[in-house]
Amino acid sequence: MNDRPTGVELLRAVERFLEQEVVPRLEGPRRYHARVAANLVAIVAREIETEEGQLRSEWERLGGLLGLREPAPALRADLREAVSERTRALAERIRRGDADRGPWREELVRHLRRTVEDKLAVSRPPRFTPEESP
Amino acid sequence: MGESRPGTAPGLSEGEITERLRDFVAAQSSLAPGEVQVGSLRRLAGGASRELWSLDVELGGTAPARLSLVLRRDPPSRVGESDRGLEFRVLRAAAEAGVPVPRVHWCCSDTTVLGAPFFLMDRLEGETLPRRLLRNPEYAATRAGLAPALGAILARIHTIDASRPELAGLATAGTGVGSALEETRRIAEAARRLAVEPHPVLDLAARWLEERAPAPRRRVLVHGDYRVGNVMFDEGGVRAILDWELAHLGDPVEDLGWLCVRAWRFGNDALPVGGVGTREALVDAYQEAGGAPVDPEALRFWEVCGNFKLALVFITQCRAWLDGVPSLELASLGRRTAEAELELLALMEGAP
Repeated sequence: MNDRPTGVELLRAVERFLEQEVVPRLEGPRRYHARVAANLVAIVAREIETEEGQLRSEWERLGGLLGLREPAPALRADLREAVSERTRALAERIRRGDADRGPWREELVRHLRRTVEDKLAVSRPPRFTPEESP
Repeated sequence: MGESRPGTAPGLSEGEITERLRDFVAAQSSLAPGEVQVGSLRRLAGGASRELWSLDVELGGTAPARLSLVLRRDPPSRVGESDRGLEFRVLRAAAEAGVPVPRVHWCCSDTTVLGAPFFLMDRLEGETLPRRLLRNPEYAATRAGLAPALGAILARIHTIDASRPELAGLATAGTGVGSALEETRRIAEAARRLAVEPHPVLDLAARWLEERAPAPRRRVLVHGDYRVGNVMFDEGGVRAILDWELAHLGDPVEDLGWLCVRAWRFGNDALPVGGVGTREALVDAYQEAGGAPVDPEALRFWEVCGNFKLALVFITQCRAWLDGVPSLELASLGRRTAEAELELLALMEGAP
């Protein structure tokens, strides 16, 4: 086990340094990229804190939608891979037209909404102004 | 963008760029290199898919002139397909059709000059940041008139004769292929090919769009990236429509739908057109200025398709980073795909 500060605490320190010490001293594209960097560090911190719970819940919802019952893998990396596999299977069914209408579509949309909201809780769209949107 | 070395082009110093531009402009203007001065070269903040430089040029000889210019250049590692020469010719055609655009001067497809194709156009004075448009009190009148102004300008863009020989490249431009169904399938295929992870929301959206694709209509030259972020404005209104690199042949409603995409509202969702106007104001002005009648269902289709395309934009930019383009901005965009996905769900399914 590593000593304090935790990984998340270290990332918060880097974020604070970038936002408060670096950004105000830069201009133009560099200033913008420093803000992007601070934002990305904050995303990683939120991901570390929430990923486990989000993946387990996603795994359960996908199992319900696909009628699968095997238990979730214990290791996070395996779980990530397994959720991705189930999502691939889900996407395949959507492409076949299984979700074009009917009650399964409603359950699917609830799952997709929750999954997207989970992703946004981590990425949290930045409040600062990009010099240019994509 | 090469943010590791802002202000320089990889391989060329600013002095070398200045010198080569002087020789290029002299040759284009039939002047001796000594009769041309190039100065104040400065890299402008730009997006992930192109480079912009600001510079001043003085021409001597029998017709002396001072030009404030912008140089638009393909970055060394460019994202997406585009063609500087075609963009140059589209800008010239747009100016002739009465569309407010920067006047273009010279185009160079010879990559030995600056390492990548580029062209030179007038540097206009004005603001382009949407946040300032939405917030600053001095732009109140501009905000109020923007949706109708953009509708009327778009009607003019769609009158450009796309069959002119110099615009022949539009038919094969890789950025868009035309009908609603073709565009849906192009985006769906590209998203599946470029995304590393599965995106069931996009698969669901592809089914929704395929079922509702409006019938093909007369294809026109569409701007391809018609949004508030590509409008230069001042206190008096629209100064110019910028960024024509995604122009292609397509359904005219495509441009109207893209302009209504939520991402360009910057939080001001009460006004769907760039956070400043209503769909009705936009469409009325478009039709009054001679644009073909707009079916509300078609507009809805193209707004959903716009969000579908925005997801692909994020996926494409993320993929460029995964493939080795060392840009922090590109790296940050993959996680924004979820914003487009949330909007797709809301548009397809209504509020939860």
